[in-house]
Amino acid sequence: MDAVTATDTGATYDARGLVELDGSVPRIATVDGDRAELDARELSTRKINAELRWLLYERGVREVTVHNPSARHSLGVGILTRCRITFEGSLGYFGCGLIDGPEVQINGRVGWSVAENMMSGVVVVEGNSGSLAGAALRGGDLVIKGRTGARTGIDQKGGTILVLGSAGSMTGFMMQRGRQIICGDVGPGLGDSMYDGTLYVAGRVASLGIDCVEGQWTDADTELVERKFSIYGLGSPPPLRKFVCGKKLYNYDSLEPSERKLVL
Amino acid sequence: MCGIAGIIYRDGGERQVGRDMTRMLQAMKHRGPDSTGYALYRPEAVGYVMHVKLAEANGQGDFEFAERLRRQRDEIEARIRAQGARVRTSDPSTDHALTVTFEHDGDLKRLADYVEGVRGAEVLSLGRSLEIVKDLGDARTVAADYGLEGYVGTHAIGHARMATESDVDIANAHPYWAYPFPDVAVVHNGQLTNYHQWRRRLERAGHRFQSDCDSEIIAVYLAERMAQGDSLEEAMRRSLGELDGVFTYICVTEDALGVAKDELGAKPLVLYEGDDIVALASEEIAIRKVVDREIETHDPYEGEVMVWTR
Repeated sequence: MDAVTATDTGATYDARGLVELDGSVPRIATVDGDRAELDARELSTRKINAELRWLLYERGVREVTVHNPSARHSLGVGILTRCRITFEGSLGYFGCGLIDGPEVQINGRVGWSVAENMMSGVVVVEGNSGSLAGAALRGGDLVIKGRTGARTGIDQKGGTILVLGSAGSMTGFMMQRGRQIICGDVGPGLGDSMYDGTLYVAGRVASLGIDCVEGQWTDADTELVERKFSIYGLGSPPPLRKFVCGKKLYNYDSLEPSERKLVL
Repeated sequence: MCGIAGIIYRDGGERQVGRDMTRMLQAMKHRGPDSTGYALYRPEAVGYVMHVKLAEANGQGDFEFAERLRRQRDEIEARIRAQGARVRTSDPSTDHALTVTFEHDGDLKRLADYVEGVRGAEVLSLGRSLEIVKDLGDARTVAADYGLEGYVGTHAIGHARMATESDVDIANAHPYWAYPFPDVAVVHNGQLTNYHQWRRRLERAGHRFQSDCDSEIIAVYLAERMAQGDSLEEAMRRSLGELDGVFTYICVTEDALGVAKDELGAKPLVLYEGDDIVALASEEIAIRKVVDREIETHDPYEGEVMVWTR
């Protein structure tokens, strides 16, 4: 397709307004053995991710530090290898989504949907997080040292989300498996429509969501929480309450209005 | 989707607010490329400033289009004078928009209504310091067309629109002036589901609506509450219960800027409170265009209302 226009972001658009794929890798990182440093200030999102892939998949780098991510979206996504990535700054939306294996350290804040659909690995956020942190998380650990927004771990299917600050409304909404440890307060609708999994909360619960009930604390819970806190050097855990699915929604216990009419 | 942004300088000083807001909105172009709007507050000045739209930017221009616009401009000026106002300046910002500054002691609603009697005319904003500029295209295009790069002011809000519920035109672009209350404007990201209910209520109370856009309700709703004695914060808190739907909106008055989020927290907002400025936007990437360093930001929670005064 012709009529390709260039923009100051480095991306090009074709006549339909779609982004043209530019697969070239900038290759500007300084590589020292299996470590690399990358200054992302002048690069577009696409170029930063292309550079990361090149370093990790082709140059055999195992440890990358990215400077100046400048709160851009979709950085460090889809990395499917064991490695360490450090972002010296904040990320925008969808940071480190769809990853399988990396240990990521973010020395800043993240926007919405950090580590969404992570299969395995670790993402540690030093600052606050936006909403939908760990959406559809499958495995691995997501540690947020600040506060997080609404709907943390929506549709979570595994893994652990550990938040040192507070969380917003609908935390654990529709979660199916996995664990969340929230050390601060949580907003209204905790665990709304959850199928399974466990929510641990240290602070005040504004209100429970539909079919979320307080669970029985067991030794396995103590072991899990203490293990996670010790892995990330967070000291001793605060006293927590446990919330699980009440399983009332598994079966219908009330009739639809039309059926009720038939019975009567 | 839409992107919204706001900026207020805490020391009450005047800065390059046009340039700052353009950078913020341009960074969020991907959230809404249809139209871009600004509500800018000029420094303390004599008299009033009125922005008037003469025709839609994407309307059909017939052979006499330019001539008709010229006649409309003359008619608007004549009508302002006829209401007893003293016109100081009158500048066509673009072909289809006009900025008039004037001094007036009479009823502003009557004046605005009389001006809107001119066919095709719509008063985009009216106030001692509020200036609303909105047009089709991204922030850079609108800023260049209306010469906003050098605009010096005290605070501003802006909006990058992705049209979902109504047309792509200036009438449906944000921000909305809270007709007929001077110096109040709103930008909104979301959808209101009890729009028709509120529109009927407010129309019965005598308010006019220029667009079919749900967001226009918020501006008029808040201004009416304030006219009845509520503070901006009280009006905004009340709106959380009375407006239904998903929303994050920013409301500005002559000396304050407030933000409110619905009880689901469904629409994003990132807040930066610095020593010198408060900047808020749908995405942090916009704030970083104004504060170019690593900053501490957070997302306000559901049901939160915050107001800053300059």
